[in-house]
Amino acid sequence: MMNADQREAASQPVFAAEREAVFQARAITKVYRMGEVEVHALRGVDLDLFAGELVVLLGPSGSGKSTLLNILGGLDVPTSGTVHYRDHDLSKFDDSALTRYRREHVGFVFQFYNLIPSLTARENVALITRIAEHPMKPDEALALVGLSERADHYPSQMSGGEQQRVAIARAIAKRPEVLLCDEPTGALDVQTGVLVLEAIRRINVEIGTTVAVITHNAVIADMADRVISLLDGHIASVRINSAKLSPKELAW
Amino acid sequence: MDPFNVKLWRDLWRMRGQALAIILVIASGVATYVMALCTLESLKRAQAEYYEQYRFAEVFAHAKRAPQALEARIAAIPGIAQVQTRVVANVKVQMPGLTEPATAKLISAPEPLRSALNQLHVRKGRYLEPGARDEAIVSEGFAEVHGLAPGDRVQVIMNGRLRELVMVGIAVSPEFIYQIREGDILPDDRRFGVFWMNRDDLASAFDLDGAFNDVACTLMPGAAETEVLRQLDLLTQPYGGTGTVGRADQSSNKFVMNELQELRGMAVIVPTIFLGISAFLLHMVISRLIGLEREQIAALKAFGYTRYEVGWHYVKLVLLFVVLGSVLGTVVGAYFGELVSGLYRHFFRFVALRFYLDPRVVLSAVAVTAGAAIVGTLATVWRAAALPPAEAMRPEPPATFGPSVMERFGLQRLLPESVRMILRQLERRPVKSLLTCLGIALAIAALILGSFSLDAIDYAIDAQYVAAMREDLNVLFTEPSSNRALHSLERLRGVRLCEPFRAVAARIGHGHAERRVEILGLSAEAELHRLMDIDCHKVPLPAEGVVLSEKLGEVLGVQVGDQVQVEILEGQRPRVELPVVGLVNDFAGTAVYMRRDALNRLMREADVISGAFVAADAGALDELYGELKNAPRVAAVSIKGAAIQSFRETIAENILRMRSFIVLFAGVIAVGVVYNSASISLAERGRELATLRVIGFSRAEVSLLLLGELVLLTLAAIPVGMLLGYGLAGLVIRFSYDTELFRLPLVINRSTYGFAVAVTLAAALGSALAVRRMLDRLDLVAVLKTKE
Ligand SMILES: Nc1ncnc2c1ncn2[C@@H]1O[C@H](COP(=O)(O)OP(=O)(O)O)[C@@H](O)[C@H]1O
Ligand SMILES: [Mg+2]
Repeated sequence: MMNADQREAASQPVFAAEREAVFQARAITKVYRMGEVEVHALRGVDLDLFAGELVVLLGPSGSGKSTLLNILGGLDVPTSGTVHYRDHDLSKFDDSALTRYRREHVGFVFQFYNLIPSLTARENVALITRIAEHPMKPDEALALVGLSERADHYPSQMSGGEQQRVAIARAIAKRPEVLLCDEPTGALDVQTGVLVLEAIRRINVEIGTTVAVITHNAVIADMADRVISLLDGHIASVRINSAKLSPKELAW
Repeated sequence: MDPFNVKLWRDLWRMRGQALAIILVIASGVATYVMALCTLESLKRAQAEYYEQYRFAEVFAHAKRAPQALEARIAAIPGIAQVQTRVVANVKVQMPGLTEPATAKLISAPEPLRSALNQLHVRKGRYLEPGARDEAIVSEGFAEVHGLAPGDRVQVIMNGRLRELVMVGIAVSPEFIYQIREGDILPDDRRFGVFWMNRDDLASAFDLDGAFNDVACTLMPGAAETEVLRQLDLLTQPYGGTGTVGRADQSSNKFVMNELQELRGMAVIVPTIFLGISAFLLHMVISRLIGLEREQIAALKAFGYTRYEVGWHYVKLVLLFVVLGSVLGTVVGAYFGELVSGLYRHFFRFVALRFYLDPRVVLSAVAVTAGAAIVGTLATVWRAAALPPAEAMRPEPPATFGPSVMERFGLQRLLPESVRMILRQLERRPVKSLLTCLGIALAIAALILGSFSLDAIDYAIDAQYVAAMREDLNVLFTEPSSNRALHSLERLRGVRLCEPFRAVAARIGHGHAERRVEILGLSAEAELHRLMDIDCHKVPLPAEGVVLSEKLGEVLGVQVGDQVQVEILEGQRPRVELPVVGLVNDFAGTAVYMRRDALNRLMREADVISGAFVAADAGALDELYGELKNAPRVAAVSIKGAAIQSFRETIAENILRMRSFIVLFAGVIAVGVVYNSASISLAERGRELATLRVIGFSRAEVSLLLLGELVLLTLAAIPVGMLLGYGLAGLVIRFSYDTELFRLPLVINRSTYGFAVAVTLAAALGSALAVRRMLDRLDLVAVLKTKE
């Protein structure tokens, strides 16, 4: 087991070829058909995500970030192209195979937390660990996001940032290989956002989970190993961030 | 505990008001179902056990006087298992405290053997002493109304001689579970009883030593009853046989079976309504819940829950409602079932009528309820479960509002702003509005259904017993008599008008259908006993041919103009073909009418009468009854008013009791529908209403917006409910009250409609007030803070 510092070192900027790819997306497109109108959300995207890295997907609203993340997470399938998760071609999975894939490998964090209001923090986490194979104890997951004290609180008794951290605990409690976060701080103020991003970074560093974070806020990109910018369904640029900052240091 | 189950219980607790309303509606459905079907089952069991243990016979025959030697020949009929000959006589009884004459049927008691048929069950006192004279066992119903106890004496006119009998015991018999005089429609325990006596005593009184005039038999398993009946008829015919009957036509059995059929109708229709409504309420609540939890469902699916796991969670919630409602409904249904069975003890004299909570009934109630509930919610649940998780991540698009129909017609200026808002709201959720309206309408319908039969019975009694039959009593002579008997009747004080009739037993058939009937021969210009349809149209009685009850026509499959085979079962037993010249839509029995002169000709007899309908002065009735009591030629007197009164007392009481149950349940429906609808509206529109409050609308104005919707729906539901009630009542009539014994017209009084509407309005008002209180307590800040 590596200590935190060694981890920190291992996730320094690296070259793609040297790392093991968790995801390999090739020429994926996504077209939404709404009656007569066709919306091209993705227009041919090639992308690799590597084990243990923290990637930020940056781009203006409507550029296709969520669509891309949903496809990686097995919530949706591309219109064309292939997506490999390790040896599996996700684009060929049917609904139940995708469900199994999500159940076993993926953790999600959503902009609006989507917690069950009638369950406490601990129960919200337990709801997901009960279907996982080697989950943490819910309390362990809550400790990782710094919410041990609030385990018995209901979502309505917590602030937005706390709710989002519960959502992160819920997402990582099953020890997923990848953690996909869609605008996790979109509904939060700066200070709270920092706490949430801190929790995400900690998961990435301490557990080694591969993390993708969507944001339209360029500031957040400074905490990433790599920054992938999307524009109008294309990857506009990929930047390796050599001066990785911790969330507390981000310049808002 | 599994967090899913934790969520289930917390969700249930959070919406406890609505949940309670739904559970009560489900419980009402299950309760009526359990009450009716278990009572039915209890009656069937009590009947079957009774018939079995006390060896109720299967075929019966009556003759004038048959030699004892005939018994062996009857026993030799293939298919007959056991024969029991008896002596039977109808007599007048002098009961103190009863001015009018009562009649009794005297029957030679079966030997006190285990093998005897139609055995008596002695409730009080003892069995007859073998060989004892002047001893009798009296039927329970008669003993109860007259307060007879063992040891009491009763005066009976037997074969013209007054005798005093000692009532040694009080008993019930499988032959008289329903105690009714043959040919009567309404039971009258006060004026008709059954006495069992020693056979020798009875035989010598009626000159039937070494002979019998009645026989009861059982059949071998698999025997062909019709053939046995035919042979039995042939054997008894030479001895004045008046035809044979099988169990299905035996008076008491026929009435019991008829009641079972009525009960079955109620057991089907009323619970169906309740279950339909609970399915709809569940649909409303589950849709609402799922609408709220869309994003949570999506999150669960994103985390790898399958659609089946998600669907099952909501199905479990539905089943939780069903189970809670079923448990409560079963308890309440069993309790009411006990009460109803208690009522039946006054109608039906079983050895024991125990309420039996049939587990199969309970299971089927739960299964049907669960089925209805799942059908009501499956589509919604499935849609939620199948929601693509990525789709659901985005919030539901905002509701689209358009101008309401009113506005499109340019009528908006006629309506105040608030009414327009209400109309738009209604139009935005057309299905919900429609279903709410329908639910309230069904509550009204259920109330009408619970009450209308009293109206219908009242109407039928008025139409038939008051409008059509204007006689006060009818007198039956001991034997067919000449007009002289009529004249002596006319001379009695108080008699205003006498109208003779001739009545003969007959079999009437067409094709394969056949019925044993009594042909009533009436005068050409009958003033008292008239043929009238149930809607009070007079039906003419042509000089030739027969007029049938419409029901009999239906059973035989004949119409006016067809020919029917008629076999008279008295006298020379002529067989003829007669044309059907009319049908009369009456409410009871399967009557056959002819002109008396035509019937006399058919019988090849002179101007002979069986009895007379009598109209009398009300003031002189007591004196007239006294005279008739002692008139030797008078066999029996039926007093119309007394029969109607006793019928009303018993039947009406029963219906009123049932009605109070249904009122209770229908009230629950009304509350359930209105309360649920209002609280869902409140939940859905809390934000909008809170906003209105914040920008300065008063509480009253905001309440009006929310409750105005319900007021409109309730008002719209009133005519729909009345119509539905009318239609369902028609259905109940077809199902339950259209038998060869009774038929009810579809008559619903205005007061019944009024009652149904009033109860529903009260229930709606009550739940509206409850919601109004919730609205008043609305925490403006909290509501505005919540998403959605
Ligand atoms: N389910 C859908 N149906 C139709 N169009 C969609 C759907 N989802 C996304 N889009 C469209 O695809 C484009 C990309 O959307 P999205 O991936 O959500 O962008 P982002 O997350 O970058 O804001 C947008 O134009 C959006 O309107
Ligand atoms: Mg997005």
